[in-house]
Parts: sequence; structure tokens; C-alpha cells
Amino acid sequence: MTLEAVKFAAADNLWSAIFPELLLGGLALLLLALEILLPKRLHAVIPDVAAAGVAGTLIGMLVNLQFTTGAMTFNGLLQHSTGGQLMRVFFLLCALLVFLLARVSLARQPMPRVEFYHIVLVVTATMMLLAQSNNFVMLFVALETLTIGLYILVAYFRTSTASLEAGLKYLVMGALSSGLLLFGIVLLYGVAGSPSLPSHTVEPLNYDELGRFLAGNPHNFLASLGIALVLAGIAFKIGAFPFQIWVPDVYQGAPTPVTAFLAVASKAAGFAVLLGLCGPGGPFASYGWLVTPALTAMAAATILFGNLAALTQSNVKRLIGLSGVSHAGFLLLGVVASSASPHAIGAVYFYLFAYLIASFTVFGVMVHVAGADDSDQQLDHYAGLARRNPFLATVLAVGLGSLAGIPPLAGFMGKFLIFVAAFEAGARWLLAVAAVGVVISIYYYFGWIKAAFFDTWVPPTDPAATPTGTPPGRTVKVTLAVLALLSIGLGFYQGPLGQWLTLR
Amino acid sequence: MSLTFDPLLIAIVAPLALALAIALGLPKRWSVRLAYVAFAVPLLMALHVWYHFSDATQLGGYAFLTQYPTGLQALGISLKLGLNGISMPLFVLAGGVGFAAGLYALQSGAERLKLYLMLLLIMIGGLMGVFASVDIFYFYFFHELALIPTFIMVGIWGGRDRSYAAMKMTIYLTVGAMISLLGLIALYVKSGATSFDLIALRHHLAAHPLGETVQNNIFGLLMFGFGILVSLWPLHTWAPLGYGAAPSSAAMLHAGVLKKFGLYGLIQIAMPLLPAGLTHWAHPLAWLAVAGNVLVVGFITIAQRDLKQMIGYSSVMHMGYAFLGLATGSMLGVGGVVLLMVAHGFSVALLFLLATTVHHRTHTFTMDDMGGLAMKAPVLAAFFVAATFASIGLPGFANFWGELTIFVALWKFSPLITVLALAGVVISAIYGLRSAARIFFGQPATHFNEIAAQYPVKDLTWTEKAPALVLLVALLWVGFWPKSLSTAIDTALQPAAQTAARN
Repeated sequence: MTLEAVKFAAADNLWSAIFPELLLGGLALLLLALEILLPKRLHAVIPDVAAAGVAGTLIGMLVNLQFTTGAMTFNGLLQHSTGGQLMRVFFLLCALLVFLLARVSLARQPMPRVEFYHIVLVVTATMMLLAQSNNFVMLFVALETLTIGLYILVAYFRTSTASLEAGLKYLVMGALSSGLLLFGIVLLYGVAGSPSLPSHTVEPLNYDELGRFLAGNPHNFLASLGIALVLAGIAFKIGAFPFQIWVPDVYQGAPTPVTAFLAVASKAAGFAVLLGLCGPGGPFASYGWLVTPALTAMAAATILFGNLAALTQSNVKRLIGLSGVSHAGFLLLGVVASSASPHAIGAVYFYLFAYLIASFTVFGVMVHVAGADDSDQQLDHYAGLARRNPFLATVLAVGLGSLAGIPPLAGFMGKFLIFVAAFEAGARWLLAVAAVGVVISIYYYFGWIKAAFFDTWVPPTDPAATPTGTPPGRTVKVTLAVLALLSIGLGFYQGPLGQWLTLR
Repeated sequence: MSLTFDPLLIAIVAPLALALAIALGLPKRWSVRLAYVAFAVPLLMALHVWYHFSDATQLGGYAFLTQYPTGLQALGISLKLGLNGISMPLFVLAGGVGFAAGLYALQSGAERLKLYLMLLLIMIGGLMGVFASVDIFYFYFFHELALIPTFIMVGIWGGRDRSYAAMKMTIYLTVGAMISLLGLIALYVKSGATSFDLIALRHHLAAHPLGETVQNNIFGLLMFGFGILVSLWPLHTWAPLGYGAAPSSAAMLHAGVLKKFGLYGLIQIAMPLLPAGLTHWAHPLAWLAVAGNVLVVGFITIAQRDLKQMIGYSSVMHMGYAFLGLATGSMLGVGGVVLLMVAHGFSVALLFLLATTVHHRTHTFTMDDMGGLAMKAPVLAAFFVAATFASIGLPGFANFWGELTIFVALWKFSPLITVLALAGVVISAIYGLRSAARIFFGQPATHFNEIAAQYPVKDLTWTEKAPALVLLVALLWVGFWPKSLSTAIDTALQPAAQTAARN
């Protein structure tokens, strides 16, 4: 590559377009520097700096929401769309809430704090890039950075065997999924660059070029194999059947804030990628004959498996993990519908936001009910929560109700919008499966609410075995109340967000 | 959004606003005081719209029409409120039973009273919304809003088997709600009207009716979905169990008002929009109703020993008549259903209320352990006998007009079914009168004597009498002057009946 070519390429780099990501990266480095520079007694301020930085970035994002929309930067590595902007806001919100949970959860563990915030910041920045990637190289690099960060976070409680075991499991499974994904990418690269095929391209990793090639070769075997492998790799990330096997153990072993991060942000990142690839206008759009049945089968199996497996759980972290699998199924239903229904993509985004709000409400309660052993959070520990702490119990009921999709909460609106889109797309049988899934899910979500509210007889246990939990502080209380009210409010009034999502 | 006086919105928002305030930590003293207001406001608004209904300006068959955008206009969803002749009587029913149930809850002295009042307020707000919604999305939405508190109330304040009953109710009703939701979504997508607004749907479907198969399928979904919610045999088993366990105010509201949602949906949505579907399903529906709800459940009701279970079963049985009237598809029959819904709503609520007052005096629901209560509580006995007469359908009470018109319409539909259905009247007379006799007359059982010796029996107190009076007055009012409701019902049914007849 000559100097001229590099200059030409660099002219396309609009660094200001990724300013939020750069800010987060700088902030992450600043935290490490502060740890060295500040005297020990001032270290408590570092999490505040991290939270303030993320909040500032979030506000900046919201002010400049339309700044780069529609532009393609870095030689086609990144594509800035409205959906991408929305996901950036989503991930920033996740990071903020994870910080809040981490404060409560890390306080009980003899662990270094600053690195946790550092890694969460880096991972958030890569997720934001991932949601906007327009090139398989970008996709893979971002996905790997994200996954490596999560390996460390999952095993963060290094004195806990459960956490270490979860980290190892996640590492092995993650490596396998990365391998599948990479193999798929390589196949696509090879076949799309082959000069013997029509409409071959010199830049086969670019989404648009690849899409053009795939449209020109609608039934190429190697290409379809590549697509299937790429889908399998992403299915690992979102925890879709049959690649959900790691979910319960990892969710249980990981520190609760990390479980929340995995359940919400990492899953949403997977869906952002999936929508970019399989949605209308994505590179895989012309392979609908393969992608639609594959995702349909996956969605049906995911919904049923997630819900049925969650039925028998007594550990709430496993339960929320498996119920998260079923949520991935509902979201897949939206992705399937996106090829034929104009409302589907908006529905998926709405669902993701409703899921974010509800999940963090529930996780927020979980970190307070949990004791010193973070992986041991039983349903029985919630018995009588309504009497011990009515605030937490009420907030929990709202969060779980929203996850279950009970009107008038936001989760219901998400499910409803996805159902409408699915019906418009003609996915009747899948819709019937989804309806069955909702009914099953009511059983275990309601069981959890029942444990917290109803006075039922519980087998006498060793009082020392039931953790006493931590009473929520003021910041957490306000945040949880705001989240619960948001769940209720978004159910009644979708306002500008709903208008914007349904009109796009 | 204009700030004009909108009685419908006020009736919905007032209870919900207080519920939110309680959730945010309103002190108990203020919660109780304001609850009186919040329970009364929906009733006052309902009476206001009833009084002004005939001279209100109507648009597309609806009076008091208002619309509030909520952000999903692109999907054809907005909070559109209005009343037609079918929804107005039910709106009044919801206001009346809501007020009575609220008053009864306030004097009940339940544990965790604040939470109890909050859930009850949510339920009332939802119920007012169900009948005031013109948009079928919100119609469903408000139903679910009212349904959720029931589960929690059964689970926390319920009687025997409450945990099991709450779970069973939840699962059954969620299944019903999901099926009907799918039916409503199917209707929305298939109609091509791109609107959930009932008026727009009606206009659109009048111009482009759906194909017969599509109509049959969607009607089937709605019939079974709503059917579960109304306890259509054999999907009724949640009802007696749930009502048996529910605290009285929840049972009053659920059996009296919320259960009517399914019938209301069939009359307001399925019948006019899917006339061919109704014709296709009329006979299966009628046979299920007469053989299952009326006869089988009727005999089961006779066999009940537990007062509350008996009322629960009897309410399942009376829903059979409503389904029969619906199956006729004629203006007379369906008008009878609307009247019966109102009448049954008031009478079953009154019965549940009185059952609890009886329990306070006898400390049991088993009828064999009672007897002779009339001597010690003559007013209670009078109320109970009146409620029983109403529920049997004696002239002078509202139920009479509903059942009579249904039977007349049914004769034209199928004489055989009419004869079978008439047997149900005898059945309900048997269990109704027998229960009144067992509880209030004859020799007191030894168990009751022991109880009475321990806790001296008092007659109805005024705090118990007030809500009962509200319900009884409503029953008698409609019984003696059915025209006050039926004129509106007739006008509303005219276009619906015409579309049904055309096919």
C-alpha cells in the first residue's frame, strides 16, 4: 500500500463519529491512572468518576443523536444508522446501571475495584462499535474484545469457585463460538472473493459488497455454509437454542452485576449484529430461504427450551438466565419477522429497552437480597420479602411482571409489538409457540412474586443459611423506583419513543 | 390534548392515580380517606353519563368520544374513549359494583389494608377502562390491568387453598387472554384497516368483509379465548375454585364485572365484525352452553355444600344463558345478554358480599353447619333471600328481563335447546332456595349453636348494609324500569343485528 493509498484511506476517517467510544476508552485509562496517582483514601472516588464519565457521554450522545446518522466512516468499517445510535444509548445505560449494581455487590467482596470499572468501560465501548460495524473484520475484532473482557468479568470473584468455574466454562464455550464464527467468515470471504463466480468482489468482508455477491449467487453451497456458521457463532452470544448450554452455569457463577451485563448488554449486542446481518438491507437478506427457516426453528426451540428449563429452577440466577434464553427466543421472533413486516425492527428495539429496564430492576433487587456467597441465591430467600422490605418486593413485582409481559407494563408492549409484527410476517405457528411460552413463563415469574408476597409455609431452614441481604441505599432506591416507574410509564404511554420506533 | 371535562377519563384515572399515590407511600390515614373519594368518583361519572346518554352527541354510534395519542398512532393505536348503548350499561355496572366492593373493603379491616386498597383501585380503574375503550387494544389492555390484581389478592388474602387457586386462575386466565390476544391481532392484520379503533374497523369491514374461513378461524380464537375468561364449559374449573378462595371484594368485582369482559368482547367485537363466524359457531356454542354450563354445572351446583363454591358454580351456570343468548345472534337475544350481564353482575356481587357477612356470623361456609340465622339476623336474611330471588330470575329483579328475552329469542333459534335451558331455571330454583332455607331457616345445626354461644350474632351493621343496598337498589331499579337501559341497548344493536342478518 502506497503512502497515497493510506492518505486516501485516512481521509475517510471521521474520528468525531466515534467520539463517544473514544471518550469511554480515555475514561478507562484515566481510571487506571487515578488508581496510581490518588492516595488510597481517595480511591472511593474512582467509581464516581467512572459513573460521571459515562453519564456525561450519555448526555452528549442524547444531545447529538442525529450527528452522524447515515454516514459511513473508516472506509466502510462503520455504518452510523439510527438503530446504531439507539444501541449506543442502550449500552451506555447498561454500563451506568452495572456500575450501580457493582457498588453494592463488590462492597461485599475482598476484590480490587477499579479494574472492574475499567473493563466494563472497555467492553461497553466495543459493544457500541459492534452495533455499528459494517465489516466482518470490525465485527470480529469488536466481538473478541467484548468476549475477552467478559471472560475476566465472569471470573472476577476469584476466591469463589463458582465464579472461576463459570469463567472457564464461558472461556471454552466462547472460544468454540468464536471459532465457528471465524470459520463462517473465512468461508464467506473465500467464496465471495473467488474470481470464478459472478459478481465476485475484491472486498468480500464489507457488508454491502458481500450482500451484492450473495444476491448474485442465491444458492451457493459454500456461502450458505458460511452463513450458517456465522449464525451459529452469534447464537452462542445471544444464548439461543441449541447454543444456550453455557447460560445457566455462567449466569449463576458470575458476579450478579456481570450476570446483568451478560443478560442485557451482551445479548443486545448479539441482536444488533443479527439485525444488521439478517434484517432488510443486510448482507444475508437474499439468503432468506436459509436464514428465515433456520431462525424460525431456533426461535421456537429457544422459547420452549428457555421457559421449560426455567420452570424447575430454584436458584434465581439460573432462573433469570434461562428466562433470558426465552427472551432471546421472543427477540428472534422479531428478527424473523423483520424480513416481511415494517414494524418488526422497531418492535425489537422497543423489546430490548423494556427488557433492559425490567432486567435491571430485578437484578437491582437481587444484589440486595443476596448474601456473601453471590452464586447462592435461592427462591426461598425471597420468602417474606414483602414484609421485610416492601419497597424491594414491590419493585421486584414490577420488574418480573414486565419480564413476564403483563399489561400495563413495558414488557407487554414489547411482546405485543413483536406479536403484531410476527403476524404481519405470517409466522403463525411461531406465534402460537410464543403464546404457549408466555403462559409457561407466567408460572415461574408468578412463582417468584408468590415467594416474595404470599405468606406460605417454608420448610424450616438453618437461619444462618438465609442471607440477611443489604438494605438499599438512597441512590439505589431512587434508581430502582425510577426504573419501576419507567416500566409502568412506558406501558401506558410510549410517547415519542414509540412513535419514532413504529414510524421507522 | 384538550382539557375539557371527560367523565370517562376521570373515571379511569381517579382510582389509578390514588393507587399510584399509595404505591409511592401515601400514609394509611390519607389512603383510607381518599379511597372513599376514589371509589365514588367512577360511580358518579357512570351515573352522569347514564343520565346524559340519550342527549349526548354521538359519533359513529359512540357518545362522549375522546381520543388521546399515546405514541403508537402508526400502528393505529390510541387511547380512544367513548360509550355506546352496549358499553354504557356495563360502565354503570362497573361503577356500581366497584363502589360497593370498595365500601365493603374499607370496612373489612383486612390485613395490609393499604396494599388491598391499592390493588382494588387498580382493578376498578381497569374495569372502567375496559368498557370505556373504543380501541380494542386498550380494551384488552385494561382487562389485563384489572385481572392481575385479582391473582395477587387471591394469593394474599384468599381463604382455603389460596396458593393453588391463585396459580390455577392465573394459568387459565392467561391462556384465555393469550388466545384472545392472538384473535384480536389476527383481526387487526387480516382486516387491513391498520387500526385497532373499533369504529374504523367496523367501517372498513362493512365495506370489505373478510372471507368466510378467515372469519370462522378468528371467531373460533375469540370464542375460546374469551370463553375461558367467561368460564365456558369445560374450561370453567378455575371459576368456582378461584371465587371460593378470593377475598369478597375481589370476588365481587371479578365475578360481577370483570368476567363480563369476554361476553362484552364477543358482543361488541366478534359479533358485528365476524357475522359469518358467529353463524358458523352458533350451534356448537349453544350446545356447549346448554349441556355444559346450564345442565352439568347446574347439577354440580346443587351438590355443593360450601356456600361460596355454590355461588361460584351458579355464576358459571348463569354464564350459560348469556352464551345461549349470544348464539341466537338476534337483536332480542343479544339485548337480553347485555341486560343479563348487568343483572347478574349486581346479583352475584351481592351474593358474594352476603356470603362473607354470613361467614362473619357463622364462622363457616359449610351450609350444613348453619341454620336458623334469620331469627338472629332478620335483615341479613331479607337481603339474602332477595338476592337469591334475583339470581333465580324472579320478576321484579333485573335478571328476569335478561333471562326472559333470551328464552324468547332462543325459541326461534332452537326449541329443543330452549326446553333444556328452561330446565336450568328449575335447577337454579332448587339450589337457590335450598341454600336460603339451610342458612336462615329451620333448626340451627349444633356447630352453629356452639359458634353463636361463643360469638353473639349481630344483624347487618350499617357499614355492611350500605354496599348491599347499592347493589339491591340497582337490581330493583333495572327490574322495575328496564327501559332505562334497554333503549340504549336497542339502538346500539340495530346496526350490529343488521350485519348479522345480512349474511
